Amino acid sequence: MSNAIVQQRGIGAMIWDYITTVDHKKIAHLYLVAGGLFFLIGGLEALIIRIQLMQPDSNFISAGLYNEMITMHGTTMIFLAAMPLIFALMNAVVPLQIGARDVAFPFLNSLGFWLFLFGGLLLNVSWFTGGAPDAGWTNYAPLSSTSPGHGVDYYVMGLQIAGAGTLIGGINFLVTIINMRAPGMTYMRMPLFTWTTFITSVLILFAFPALTVGLFLMMFDRMFGSAFFDVTAGGNAIIWEHLFWIFGHPEVYILILPVFGAFSDIFSTFSKKRLFGYSAMVFATVLIGFLGFMVWAHHMFTVGLGPIANSIFAVSTMAIAVPTGIKIFNWLFTMWGGSIKLSVAMLWALGFIPTFTIGGMTGVMLGSAAADYQYHDTYFVVAHFHYVIVGGTVFGLFAAMHYWWPKMFGKVLNEKLGHLGFWPFFIGFHLTFFIQHFLGLMGMPRRYWTYFEGQGLATGNLISTIGAFLMAIGTLVFLYNVVYTAIKEPKASADPWDGRTLEWSLPSAPPFYNFKQTPLVRGLDPLWIEKMEGRKGITPAEPLGDIHMPNGSILPFLMSMGLFIAGFGFIYQVDNKLWFIAVAVGMGLFFASMFTRSFKDDLGYHIHKEDLIEKGDGKE
Amino acid sequence: MSHDDVLNPKHMPHDPEKATLEGKNKFVGFWMFLGGETVLFASLFGTYLALSGSTSGDNTPENLFGLELVFIMTMLLLTSSLTSVYAMYHMKNHDFKKMQLWLGVTVLLGLGFLGCEIYEFYHYIHEYGFTFRSSAFGSGFYTLVGFHGGHVLFGLFWITSLMIRNQKRGLNLYNAPKFYISSLYWHFIDVVWVFIFTVVYLLGKVG
Repeated sequence: MSNAIVQQRGIGAMIWDYITTVDHKKIAHLYLVAGGLFFLIGGLEALIIRIQLMQPDSNFISAGLYNEMITMHGTTMIFLAAMPLIFALMNAVVPLQIGARDVAFPFLNSLGFWLFLFGGLLLNVSWFTGGAPDAGWTNYAPLSSTSPGHGVDYYVMGLQIAGAGTLIGGINFLVTIINMRAPGMTYMRMPLFTWTTFITSVLILFAFPALTVGLFLMMFDRMFGSAFFDVTAGGNAIIWEHLFWIFGHPEVYILILPVFGAFSDIFSTFSKKRLFGYSAMVFATVLIGFLGFMVWAHHMFTVGLGPIANSIFAVSTMAIAVPTGIKIFNWLFTMWGGSIKLSVAMLWALGFIPTFTIGGMTGVMLGSAAADYQYHDTYFVVAHFHYVIVGGTVFGLFAAMHYWWPKMFGKVLNEKLGHLGFWPFFIGFHLTFFIQHFLGLMGMPRRYWTYFEGQGLATGNLISTIGAFLMAIGTLVFLYNVVYTAIKEPKASADPWDGRTLEWSLPSAPPFYNFKQTPLVRGLDPLWIEKMEGRKGITPAEPLGDIHMPNGSILPFLMSMGLFIAGFGFIYQVDNKLWFIAVAVGMGLFFASMFTRSFKDDLGYHIHKEDLIEKGDGKE
Repeated sequence: MSHDDVLNPKHMPHDPEKATLEGKNKFVGFWMFLGGETVLFASLFGTYLALSGSTSGDNTPENLFGLELVFIMTMLLLTSSLTSVYAMYHMKNHDFKKMQLWLGVTVLLGLGFLGCEIYEFYHYIHEYGFTFRSSAFGSGFYTLVGFHGGHVLFGLFWITSLMIRNQKRGLNLYNAPKFYISSLYWHFIDVVWVFIFTVVYLLGKVG
């Protein structure tokens, strides 16, 4: 079925193809486009925030709208931009790096994407239906549980749906990496990006259910009259904070670990050396993942958990600096004595090291519980987490996109435009956020709508806003580069960077079955080993044979749409019980699709050996 | 080689649930999923423990819970776990009919459990006026136990669907993993109930 569809190339056929696709490479495209759009929306929200704060006593937007802006900026950037963009990279790269033809559960892969997209859409519909969520991205009770209107309801339902998609994606990558590695690809030969994807997936698996429960409790309190966070009925608002941060702290490692992996691959490729301290890097990744679950209460130092709890969490927080430091030094030692090529990907990676180190350092400062009482809820915190999330994750995403763009789209992004985009973003970033450390130390609280004149905050805020616009210019240059490359640049070769790992042994972009023959992996950096021994490609592990492929399916789209419809029903049944019809319709669609999936056998199809030989054997 | 030949081999392997790559993937993936479910229930248990003292009026755990009913429920669910093991034993011996029979017994025991739970909730609401909204304890109790009950309900639908779907064609390498993971799920539900029995009911009575 999908064979026939792939070969027609009308616009309608292409849309149908993408809606029903289960191919990890196409799902990567979907994640990239959707995540990119949400990144732009989140960026616009950031610009509006910065315009509001550009001068004292500003009235650019109202206080209520400002609350919606900061809430949606944070929520969008974390859940709808950073995570999907990371999933785009994982989907595009991990199966190729381990020599697999697809992920373990192609159907679930598609379901994960559509759940995320419909969840994100639901969240953003709130702008047009009477107000977005306004209780901050952390959505603390009782501010959130008593917030009037339906804004927070959208937060609850949207994140619940999107979160389910993320959890599914995490399980999928775990099984893919455990079960689908090519012969010879032992755990300690996996590229670092695959390793960090693996650990990240573990974090997703054990962190997201806590958010799921938190969101359910919030949903029950707001929509069905339960009393979890209602202190007058014996509830306890701190439960939300615990559940949120038990999820929320691993979440920041979910955001940063994959790009650590990408940086490792990039440093090693562009220094023409194998990664320094590979096993230490793996161990540090595992340790960060483990410790990531032990530190959630450092977000709650000022709640009043007591000195003992605060001390324990302070110590475990500072302990994470150790494996992170190991990583920083190993990256430096990878470059040491290497023949460095300053490509755009490498430039972003180089920019990342000092930036992230500053962010890590302020992290240790914040981790000191006694000092945190001073920093808490000031712009110092805002500066800190933007240094790690923008300086780490966003820089990493830019680096990784420049690095893997040829593998995803078959063309190398224009390097000149890449350099041109880097500098305004990099300088703009430091202008925006470096000064915020000092604004925070001077006492400017985060999330405040405005500030008075004569408090010495005006200049700093103006500088910060100018920086934000420079970042916007950098982003626009990148977008221009994407269009320019698509139109003007020639097709890329299989291995434009002289790469070391398996994905560079395939054509750019790879055929839909990835590997004609499953590769035989003979060591760390398998492609490099083959190159050093004078071979052109990877040695196959099997003779040419039929390839089994999964069928496309519309069901993931329908299931997600069902939950989307039901989401509206849950939100508005508070006003009018007739909305339960929407719940019934939506859940009906969801379960009917699920039932169909269970009852209809889906055995996939085979690509025959003869067809594989016909398809351009000359390249090999 | 067509799919039929692959999925219906002349000699079924000893572990039909793990004989194909799809089967192995489902096996590992479902264990992972259960790991996530563990965190989900752990969060619910934590919430319940934090709120179990926030009662209103006479509706305390001590006054509400009756261990007789809960004992019967526990026995029903524990036995159903055992019968699902029998079903999987027959699956490994490729005896489809006996597998269906024991799965049928499992479903009946599960239904019995669910019936008791519905009676229990009905009893609390109508005899004691103890509801989801009456106190934070009520919210915590119904959410934790209700999530478990919802899992039981889903499991019943799941196992029944599999039984009906494959009634005519018997066991093959395509449906064996499906039967197997549904029984894994059933065990998990059972384990969660053991914790609910201990943490909610026993601690509620004597704690």
